[in-house]
Amino acid sequence: MTEAVALSPTQLTLRRVFGHPSVLIGGSLVLVICLMAIFAPFLGTIDPNLNSTSTRLKPPGYEGVMKIYTDEGRVKVPVTYRLGSDTLGRDVYSRVIYGARISLVVGVSVAAISIFLGMIIGLVAGYFRRLDGFIMRIMDGLMAIPAILLAIAVVSVFNAGLTSVIIAIVVPEVPRVVRLVRSMVLSIREEPYVEAAITAGTRVHLLLIRHILPNTLAPLIVQGTFIVASAIIVEAILSFLGLGIPADEVPTWGNIMGAARENFQLHPHQILYPGVILAVTVLAVNMLGDGLRDTLDPRFAKRV
Amino acid sequence: MAYYLLKRLIATIPVMLVVAVFIFLLLRLTPGDPAAMIAGDFASEAQVAEIREKLGLNDPLLVQFGIWIGNIFQGDLGESFFFKKQVTDLIMARIEPTLSLSVVTIILTVSIAVPMGVVAAYRQGTWLDRTVMAFSVLGFSIPVFVIGFAFIYIFSLELKWLPVQGYQRLSEGVGGWLKHLILPSLALSVIFVAFIARMTRTSVLEVLGEDYIRTARAKGQTETKVLVRHALRNAAVPIVTVIGFAFAILIGGVVVTESVFNIPGLGLLTVDAVLNRDFPTIQAVVLLFSMIYVLINLIIDLSYTVLDPRIRY
Amino acid sequence: MNADPSEYVLEVKNQYVLEVKNLTVSLPKSGDRANAIENISFGVKPGEIVCVVGESGSGKSVTASAVMGLLPAALKPVNGETLLDGENTLAASKSRLRDLRGTRMAMIFQEPMTALNPVARVGEQIAEVLEIHTTLSASERRRKAIEIMESVHLPDPEKMVDAYPHQLSGGQRQRIMIATALVLDPALLIADEPTTALDVTTQAQILTLVKEMQERRGTGVLFITHDFGVVAEIADRVVVMQNGRVVEQGTRDEVLMNPQQPYTQMLVASVPSMTPPERDSVGGDMAIEVVKLDKEYGTKGLFGNGRVVLAASNVDLHVRKGETLGIVGESGSGKSTVARCIARLIAPTSGSISLHGTEIATLPESKLRPHRRKVQIVFQDPYRSLNPRRNIGLSLIEAPMNFGMAKPEAMAKARELMELVGLQGDALDRFPHQFSGGQRQRICIARALMVEPEVLIADEAVSALDVSVQAQVLDLLDDIRERYNLAMLFITHDLRVAAQICDRLIVMNKGVVVEQGLTAQVFSSPSHEYTRLLLDAAPGTDAQFGAG
Repeated sequence: MTEAVALSPTQLTLRRVFGHPSVLIGGSLVLVICLMAIFAPFLGTIDPNLNSTSTRLKPPGYEGVMKIYTDEGRVKVPVTYRLGSDTLGRDVYSRVIYGARISLVVGVSVAAISIFLGMIIGLVAGYFRRLDGFIMRIMDGLMAIPAILLAIAVVSVFNAGLTSVIIAIVVPEVPRVVRLVRSMVLSIREEPYVEAAITAGTRVHLLLIRHILPNTLAPLIVQGTFIVASAIIVEAILSFLGLGIPADEVPTWGNIMGAARENFQLHPHQILYPGVILAVTVLAVNMLGDGLRDTLDPRFAKRV
Repeated sequence: MAYYLLKRLIATIPVMLVVAVFIFLLLRLTPGDPAAMIAGDFASEAQVAEIREKLGLNDPLLVQFGIWIGNIFQGDLGESFFFKKQVTDLIMARIEPTLSLSVVTIILTVSIAVPMGVVAAYRQGTWLDRTVMAFSVLGFSIPVFVIGFAFIYIFSLELKWLPVQGYQRLSEGVGGWLKHLILPSLALSVIFVAFIARMTRTSVLEVLGEDYIRTARAKGQTETKVLVRHALRNAAVPIVTVIGFAFAILIGGVVVTESVFNIPGLGLLTVDAVLNRDFPTIQAVVLLFSMIYVLINLIIDLSYTVLDPRIRY
Repeated sequence: MNADPSEYVLEVKNQYVLEVKNLTVSLPKSGDRANAIENISFGVKPGEIVCVVGESGSGKSVTASAVMGLLPAALKPVNGETLLDGENTLAASKSRLRDLRGTRMAMIFQEPMTALNPVARVGEQIAEVLEIHTTLSASERRRKAIEIMESVHLPDPEKMVDAYPHQLSGGQRQRIMIATALVLDPALLIADEPTTALDVTTQAQILTLVKEMQERRGTGVLFITHDFGVVAEIADRVVVMQNGRVVEQGTRDEVLMNPQQPYTQMLVASVPSMTPPERDSVGGDMAIEVVKLDKEYGTKGLFGNGRVVLAASNVDLHVRKGETLGIVGESGSGKSTVARCIARLIAPTSGSISLHGTEIATLPESKLRPHRRKVQIVFQDPYRSLNPRRNIGLSLIEAPMNFGMAKPEAMAKARELMELVGLQGDALDRFPHQFSGGQRQRICIARALMVEPEVLIADEAVSALDVSVQAQVLDLLDDIRERYNLAMLFITHDLRVAAQICDRLIVMNKGVVVEQGLTAQVFSSPSHEYTRLLLDAAPGTDAQFGAG
């Protein structure tokens, strides 16, 4: 069917994408969480690292006074602990709101870095067949180490912190992206339109950029979304186990829960609140990914 | 068949070699002096030198690797810095809880997930299918430790049906053993079920679209038999493959679950080792888990010969 | 139509095994028309083969599925009835339909490769019908399976009964399908393009088998096909469909030799004749010369245990300017391998390819580039030959711009060539998905012409097209060959097409050239046994199409 107005495949795809309920629901939720992370200071929060020994382990809704030591001496600040306080008297509500920042930063940067690296290595392996065997043996080896274990092994040698957590999660993700890109390149390079471009004398770099890369993008965007979700979970796991980002530096949903473990029986809400928002975030990203997969890449949708 | 087995075994050598090299280099190529790192911030210069000597860090890299691999082949995984014990003994002592947890989880998962996926595929587009898919996305999104704590809160603290944490050895009675395993296995199986149910659904859906399904219907075959005889027999290979991949998730999940439920298995050992920078133990555990993973997938590869007549050797 | 009065009593009770009356099947709302088929009526008598013939999208397969009750959920019969021995299968309950399938009506499909369950033994799959519909014991079922396998002329049925589908050839698998369909002697056999996926020699065997079984058992056969050669070969009566409607029906000779409707006339006239037209001999310069070309696939393996396939061996050929050389062969003959070597999409293992005196067989990619523009290729699949994300203009100007042409100039040329191939010059900003298969193939031809090649390779370039479109594209190819004095290498499995367009022919079998010569000569007096086999196998060889 020819439409009256000539729409490019990209425009047609975008129409389909933004008409999909999963994309709309997941996307809006993700947007809300992003806004929450950006505008954290304006959402009735206080400094998430402020501690106060006099108001430790208070229940949700507790109204108390924080005693804070500043340059000008001791200051008393009235605080409402909407979600209670932790073992150091820090405001759990503020920590949960600020925690969104780390999750999103980790999720997005892990996805961006692993897609970028995976795409380059995958293109090389898929197009230059001489390097293929060598590259794929290494990828097979890395994939033989279960992802979380590999991440744990990587953090164990670095000092705990944001960068090492990102590296630790990127390392196991890259081989998966490489595999995906390579298999796509292998099938796309057999397409007659690529062979036609070869007989048209198109140089290799243009061949990759014009004909092969654009047709790998849709599956990569989908894969990238799922990497965001899994990176958020793995960061939470690492921080929860105490192997990721230390709780006294920056609050993350994982380390808030990690810190609350010892008092879980008495104050279960400190684990449940960040747990719920973590789950909602990952769910939103996964829904977005599902929707993108259904609309961007129907062939891929059938496979996975 | 024996030739094929040998060929497959040989094919796993490069994979395991990459794993070994990676694990070995991880410690050696990190910024800073591994010996100083191991010794900790308060160690004296002499202590650091002693550790360096003990690890053979003064030898050339290749020699170090050779010695390390040689020792592993003799079953010597080195001595734990932190626990001051042979790593091999440490691992042996910790295997039972991990193995119990894994086996119970797999049995639980496969018996729930596969029927779920098959039914969802068969009833594609109905509320049943949508429920399974919704559960699958949800199960994939809730981290295992959140589920674990939620279960403890509900079933142990509120309802007081089951013990809160810990592990009881099988030799002390099956009842107690099972009681301690129910919650962790359930918690761990959620993500596992989500994954396998979804992939099973996809595989069965794909097979249901094949021409031979239409042929079977054209013969007048009943729907149930079309599903069991034709669809499932063909979907078996992809389903089994997915179960193999899922072991990676399982192993990752074991580490977390053991921490949440305080089960003294290999997972908890891993976390303790990392927290205390106990490198010989970390290396050994990662190597062991990877080997198990590779081995399981090898067995699954071999099972194809039974499941699919097209694969013959 | 009138039967002999003495048979009348018998016939009136059971005149048709299948009678389709006013059948209408609706399409989902998003479709390009309201109904897949509309008001279809025809009948199949016992012992009669009725061919339903039509181009893609005519609704011929939908009709077959509707009778069997195997329509996809999206398609719904909304009117009419399909009477199997007087019983309306559209109104039958699910369990009644199951009882009828395999016993009263059976079906075979296009793809014998995928229509059999790959993990079940073939005997088991035949016996399954008996298991469903009879009370025979397992050993009796096995015995009957062997019997029916024997009657469809499968070799060594005692052994083959335990084989798996992948161990059988395409033709053998289709025989298994036929055996499965006929094991309970159904009154009606529906065959949906059962030979389309097969090579021409295998096709001939399967057609003979269908005919034999139908004659021996008195089965009524509803045979769906797009191929008029097949129709001429086996049909008693013909139903012609277009866009979901019956255009014309009648006996084979009525429809093929004296079609009444313009559409049927056009279709019949589009079928290429098996008689090559007179062609002037070509004495132009040598454009391409291939000597002793070998192409091996696979590796020798570490211990010499690898598998090596010799896809093409010792191939010699040449094409002059203004000449069309056809390479004819069945699948696996190596014809496409030769084409891909000449286009240097793959490197030959050994041998020489000389392009206007330049040796290109061994040139590395960097030195090859300047020569690339001289050899252009048009592929089989019009849906995969154009990058879906780039508009037509970009696809057309890519090659000339690679060789230094400025963009405005290239665009002007693209417009010119679009008009030459019969499309609008201003359609350059459209995307491939906005064109039909035939139009895309025209675009591919225009793209090939953009760099003024000397050699044009058409690799099964018209094989995926409907017969009416095929005729137009063939004309276009012949036109441009003449206009640009091109050397054309025409790869095809279709002898009819080859007869019409090629000056000379090369016949390949299993990687080797078995025969070559002028087209007329090869057709009239083939020297190699394989060529004779191929010519004999071509369906409808003796048939006359159209009034002529």
